This record gives sequence, structure tokens and C-alpha cells, in this order.
Amino acid sequence: MAQTILHRAETRGHASHGWLNSYHTFSFANYYNPERMNFGALRVLNDDTVDAGMGFGTHPHDNMEIISIPLEGDLEHKDSMNNVAVIKNGDIQAMSAGTGIYHSEYNKDRQHRVKFLQIWVYPDKRNVEPRYDQITLKADDRHNKLQQILSPNPNDQGVWIHQNAWFHLGRFDKGVSASYEVKGKGNGVYVFVLSGDVKINDQQLHTRDGFGIWDTDTFTIAAESDAEFLLMEVPMKF
Amino acid sequence: MMNKTQILVICRHAEILQTIIRLVNNNPEWECTGANTDQQAIDAFNGNAFDLVLLGSGIEPSSEENLVAFFRNSRPRISIVQHYGGGSGLLSAEIYQGLSQKTL
Repeated sequence: MAQTILHRAETRGHASHGWLNSYHTFSFANYYNPERMNFGALRVLNDDTVDAGMGFGTHPHDNMEIISIPLEGDLEHKDSMNNVAVIKNGDIQAMSAGTGIYHSEYNKDRQHRVKFLQIWVYPDKRNVEPRYDQITLKADDRHNKLQQILSPNPNDQGVWIHQNAWFHLGRFDKGVSASYEVKGKGNGVYVFVLSGDVKINDQQLHTRDGFGIWDTDTFTIAAESDAEFLLMEVPMKF
Repeated sequence: MMNKTQILVICRHAEILQTIIRLVNNNPEWECTGANTDQQAIDAFNGNAFDLVLLGSGIEPSSEENLVAFFRNSRPRISIVQHYGGGSGLLSAEIYQGLSQKTL
């Protein structure tokens, strides 16, 4: 029988640093809740808003698969592998921090804020060679269907990471539903609602709610209003 | 004077090690000692009563196995935690979790 966990939007951790407003689904920085440490290999789900002209200065990472998805505005990325790129709304960026990497992320726009999701997944092996990847997604490919945006396979759709994980985006009109088939044995799926109202099996979810489901091979996601959502399938044991 | 929680961090990446030390020491209740090499880690462990060991990046599997065995043989109740993220937002939670496991 499927097991589930519900994280309502208003129960997330919150940090306001002036230029950065961040909601943490799981324990992060000064938000520590032993009941909210991770969902399987999914360790961080930060819902960040960065003020115009502000950003994260150069800082290190290691041994983590870091995925950034801009929801509004553009974010400039620079790293110690000499990558300089702008991640725009509609893009997805994946970075394997591995043995160690430095990077910065700035909102170069002087007038508009940036909203983006920063997602960290534990890697399936430590100390890999750092790598960076970024692609532009076609918005039409998730209209009333599930669009794969991440997988463990370099030759599959979307970006890839060092973990047996698959991410999908959906933008469903009211009344549309779809079945999701879990791809990896022992995997669970964490659903994060970007906007609107959806129902996972019998569980109603609203904007920015999170819902984990595991010990099942399939579930149904139905839009009860026009809705956008992100599905993150990850190993529950890793 | 308050006794600070003593934390040993082992990390092969020198700059990330310095970042982790700085971040740990930002908490006035914690005191961090860093080690780049196995020998530095063993020497530090022998000279201090650490409450927690954080294993950072770049430690070869054989070194990690040997170090963990040495720490456990020396102090069976020592809490040993894998650090992920490189001095990131996970650091505090990892330390809190490690310390809570130590008191079980």
C-alpha cells in the first residue's frame, strides 16, 4: 500500500535576508526540523526569490547534485569550471559538485526579481568529477502532458545527474489528468505544486504544497484548476 | 566558561575545508578543527576529545574505512557524519543530527 507524506506550503521553513526570500521544504541553513530532513535522496527544495541586482556570491559546493529551475526572470551563473551562463525561465540547470566547485548566481536585472527553485539530490557516488549542464525546455511539451526534464541517463530527455532520479514538469488545464508510472524500483515521488490545485489519488494539493508518495508503482495526478507542478522521482534508500 | 562542542572536519579540498571551518566556528557553541590528510586527522583526534567527526569531500574509500575504524576503536560512541554540499546550508543540520545520535 502506498505511503504518503504531506507538506503544506505554510509549514515550510522561511528565511528572509532582505535581498533573498526563501522557503525551505526541508531543513536548510538556519531552519532545522528533524522531521523535515529529506524525502529519500531529495535533500533540498528551496523556493527562492532574489531581488533585482542581487545574488549569491562565489561559494563552494561538493558531493551534491544541484538542479536550478528559474520560474520568473533570469539568473546569471559563473563557476570555477569557467562556465558563464544565464539561466532563463524555461531552462533547467544541473550541476554535479563532486570533488568540489565554486560558483555564483546573480540576478543581473536591475528592475525585476528572480524566482527559482533550487533542488539538491544526494549523489549515488561521492567525489565524481564536477560537471555542469543546462538546457532550454519547450513549454508546449508539458501542456496537458508530463515533460521529462531530468534523468540518470545522458542520452535521455532533459539534463542528467548522478542519481537514479527522474523529474517531470506538467502544465495541465483544469480537468486534465495523467497516470505516473514509477520508473525505478524502490523509488518514491515528491510532488511540488507550482500553481493551482491538483489531486494526487485522493489528496488535494494547492499552490506550493508538497506531497511525497512511495511504496507504489503508479498514481494519478489530476488538475482541479489550471495548474503547474513538478514531479521528482528519487530513490527512497540511497 | 561554556565548553564548546568539538568538531573534527576532514576534507581533501583545502579551500572548502577552510570554508567549513569558518562556517562551523560561526556558531559560538561549536569549535572546529580541520584536517587535510589522514595523519593530520589522526593526530588531531588523539589530541582532542571530539564530539563529532565530519567526513568531507575527496576522502578515498580506503582512507575513509581506515579512519572510521580508527575513530571507532578509539572512541566507540563518537558520532561520524558524512558531510555533503561543501560548507553549505546542510552543515548545521548534519551537525545537529550527528550530535543527537551521539546522545542516544
